[in-house]
Amino acid sequence: MEPKIRFQNVSYFYGDRPALRDVTLDIPPNAITVVFGPAGGGKTTLLRLINRLNDEVEGTRMTGRVLLDGQDVYAPGVDVPRLRRRVGMVFALPLPLPGTVRENVLYGPKLAGIRDRARLEEILERSLRLAALWDEVKDRLDDPASRLSGGQQQRLCIARSLALEPEVLLLDEPTSGLDPISTGKVEEALQQLKHQYTIVIVPHSVQQAARVADYAAFFLMGELVECQPGRDLFTTPRDRRTEDYITGRFG
Amino acid sequence: MINRYQVQRLGFILLGVISLIVVLPILFVVGNIVVQGIGAINWEFLTAMPHGGMKEGGIFPAIVGTLLLVLGTAVVAIPVGIGGAIYLAEYARDTFWTRTLRLAIINLAGVPSVVYGLFGLGLFVLFLQFGTSVLAGSLTLAIMTLPVIISTAEEALRAVPGEFRLVSASLGGTRWQGIRHIVLPQALPGIITGIILGLLRAAGETAPILFTAAAFYLPRIPRSLLEPTMALPYHLYVISTQVPGMPPRVQYGTALVLLTIVLSMNAVAAIIRSYFRRRREW
Repeated sequence: MEPKIRFQNVSYFYGDRPALRDVTLDIPPNAITVVFGPAGGGKTTLLRLINRLNDEVEGTRMTGRVLLDGQDVYAPGVDVPRLRRRVGMVFALPLPLPGTVRENVLYGPKLAGIRDRARLEEILERSLRLAALWDEVKDRLDDPASRLSGGQQQRLCIARSLALEPEVLLLDEPTSGLDPISTGKVEEALQQLKHQYTIVIVPHSVQQAARVADYAAFFLMGELVECQPGRDLFTTPRDRRTEDYITGRFG
Repeated sequence: MINRYQVQRLGFILLGVISLIVVLPILFVVGNIVVQGIGAINWEFLTAMPHGGMKEGGIFPAIVGTLLLVLGTAVVAIPVGIGGAIYLAEYARDTFWTRTLRLAIINLAGVPSVVYGLFGLGLFVLFLQFGTSVLAGSLTLAIMTLPVIISTAEEALRAVPGEFRLVSASLGGTRWQGIRHIVLPQALPGIITGIILGLLRAAGETAPILFTAAAFYLPRIPRSLLEPTMALPYHLYVISTQVPGMPPRVQYGTALVLLTIVLSMNAVAAIIRSYFRRRREW
């Protein structure tokens, strides 16, 4: 199966500080790939290279290539807003935009130029259903998004990304601020979504990594230590450092 | 022996007295102007031309002139000011050039208003040959107002959390779309405050219009932007110092009208601010 995303010898520096060291990694389509490891390992940087969200950061340097469907996303002439519509992102904290639930979900589609009301309504309902939020908010679509609970806000952020019908969904510790029940709902939603989307997630714990991973990649200080199908990596890790980390010897 | 609760009470009382000292002079000035000026206020005073050596009639052209100058200032200063603030807060990188620009803006805010007046005289009245006119006065006041508008608007834009820009970008928004749809609406209360503070200053200043727009005595409404006009602050200066035997009633009445215009603009600003603050979600 052709990988959806490929990192080829990617190194990345903030000033002189390396965040990624010669990473080569293939991410398969229609599966959940977990990127995990201790803080400062380059996980967030890895995610933000895929949708070029680090473009605005000053004083950075990158070598190597990032390919999406075989196309270099850093090639000259790439339409960056269009790339970001194909690659959705959910952040660590629920970050609803100012405005209502409806405005949040439809922000992206409206910027993309969709004006037709019926079509927008359809996108609204479909996205909220996919994020397993529809039943809870269908009567409060015009309430301020800030009035939802934290767990609902985070699923709203997922719905907001899905509204653009992306191909890839990047989630950067999406449940770090949530209680266990909300976390469960988000993870459930992801299990449904992986059939249609390529999902890359930075989990907020090793336990979560083990729960959701189809594939798992372990990062340590900017280095990719190993990448395997999840059930193999968490039962029989090849590298000693991976074993030490998942058994809780450091972290 | 005094215990610490008594010390605290003493502190509170002291702070209360200090606050009173701050507020009292303002209350006294406003109260004095209201008491002495209210007798002059009637329909004729507000809507008639002055006559009889400005001792009789009304101050209508000065009221209209001040409103025109403020309007002209707003038309020029608001778009330029907001544009400049957006550039500085959202686009400009931290280079020698932008640091110089910022320094210049901060320093401009401290330039005495009479210097702006002379600058306006040199550039607009003489060099560009607008003459002593509403246009030249508005442009001069706009330049004086710009630093205030730019620095408060820049501050307001910077106060909007960076995450909103990131989220907007992650949803396929260009940088401008994020500013236009998210950042700017969130910063609006602060921007409006800056605009009104700037325009307030423009409404009350005498020195910048002294050489650029103000007429000593012109009992009619300007017919075009290239004509001079009467204006309240300058008129007040004239009738207080240049006309012997001016009844104090007229002086205080004029001051009261100017004060009312300025304070009601301030009130509008406060209302707008609190309206938007209630809708803000961070």
